[in-house]
Amino acid sequence: MTFEFLEQAKSGDRRSLARTLSSLENGLVKIEEVLDVIGPVPLPINSDWQTLAITGAPGVGKSCLLDGLLRSWAEKGLRVAVLAVDPSSPRTGGALLGDRVRMTVVDDKELNELIYLRSVATRKASGSVPVIVEDMTKVLLALGWQRVIIETVGAGQSEVRCAALADRIVVVEGPARGDGIQAEKAGLLELADAVLVNKSDLPGAEVHADEIRESFELGAGTTPPVLLTSAIQGSGISEAAEMLLMLSSSGRSTRARWRERLLAYHERKILESPQLDELLEKLAKGSILLDEALHIIGGEHNE
Amino acid sequence: MSEPWRIVVAKPGLDGHDRGAKVVARALRDAGNEVIYTGLRRSAQQIVDTVRDEDARFLGLSSLSGAHEHLFPKVCELLKQQGLNDVIVFGGGIIPLGDREPLYACGIRAIFGPGTPTSEILEFIEQSTQLENTGVGQDSDWYWTSSA
Repeated sequence: MTFEFLEQAKSGDRRSLARTLSSLENGLVKIEEVLDVIGPVPLPINSDWQTLAITGAPGVGKSCLLDGLLRSWAEKGLRVAVLAVDPSSPRTGGALLGDRVRMTVVDDKELNELIYLRSVATRKASGSVPVIVEDMTKVLLALGWQRVIIETVGAGQSEVRCAALADRIVVVEGPARGDGIQAEKAGLLELADAVLVNKSDLPGAEVHADEIRESFELGAGTTPPVLLTSAIQGSGISEAAEMLLMLSSSGRSTRARWRERLLAYHERKILESPQLDELLEKLAKGSILLDEALHIIGGEHNE
Repeated sequence: MSEPWRIVVAKPGLDGHDRGAKVVARALRDAGNEVIYTGLRRSAQQIVDTVRDEDARFLGLSSLSGAHEHLFPKVCELLKQQGLNDVIVFGGGIIPLGDREPLYACGIRAIFGPGTPTSEILEFIEQSTQLENTGVGQDSDWYWTSSA
């Protein structure tokens, strides 16, 4: 099956790019088919990252901060694409995708050719990033977007799925997010390659940044950079943008990343199973057991 | 379940009131659609760029400022210029009955006034996708006759 829009996406048409991403999301086309037309994913240059996840709790200012970072990067002439994820309703499947409200840089006539922003709903996926984002990222890289940023759903302490999909992880924190013991708790912060403590214009930001630094120093290995930013006042943004571009992997969490990748891969197999709806129906009726359902899905892949 | 529609809900021009747009966005969301909200005070070009980059099937325009006569046709014109002819456009807000005919002529397929039940908007969405050529730049005289 051939799709005209893939050729057009290759020649730089943004509507066709957007359509390609939707087609992947809707399962109408496979990533291999897309890459056959548009060309392969380029290899990373030097040890630069190609994908960066920006994650953190709801309301810490991820979108606002990203808006500032994008402006800095675009002013240097980099072509950056963003996949901004917001949650789908588990009840209706609907979603309100509101990240654009804060992203003013895409409205800047001087820069918007260099920035592509796409809102993505989590749909059926669990966690803060749907696994289809992996394929979307490949398409963007193959079409010449130099860096892809994945902005996750507002994430809690143990939500580390983005580790499966991004080369680097930036955790955004804010002031007044609990005492020092919060920074000591296991979870998301352990996987961070860098931490940005946003809202530095508010009291408590500096103390919180110190607590995070201290916590990192108690552990073994390299200490990720911890920077203060204020997205609303624009302070610390260009420094953060510079630091992030050069960011190397903390290398602390290779096993944990592979664990997330394996889990994401497994989840994807389940979600993409053509029998999923039927199996859910049967589970809800109690006519099969969870083990049996997994076995049926697993059987499909071993055929 | 079929895939959700992607719908951009936009506030063009200098108009700071978005309660109506939010009510509509919420109703569309609760009906299982993916709604991309632009936020306030967007230019026609910004709205059309958003529709393009988000691969939206629908665009809902909200205006309470009285500038609909200028802004709505401009958005339609830009959509057509960019080849986004198949996007279905609807509008809402304070839009007097006498102003609606020229907007339908631009390719807008529904205008919803204050007091429209949200269920009616959902019916419009449903029906406009079942009919052919209801996109903004497509050849059809059809438009929804709204109750308010």
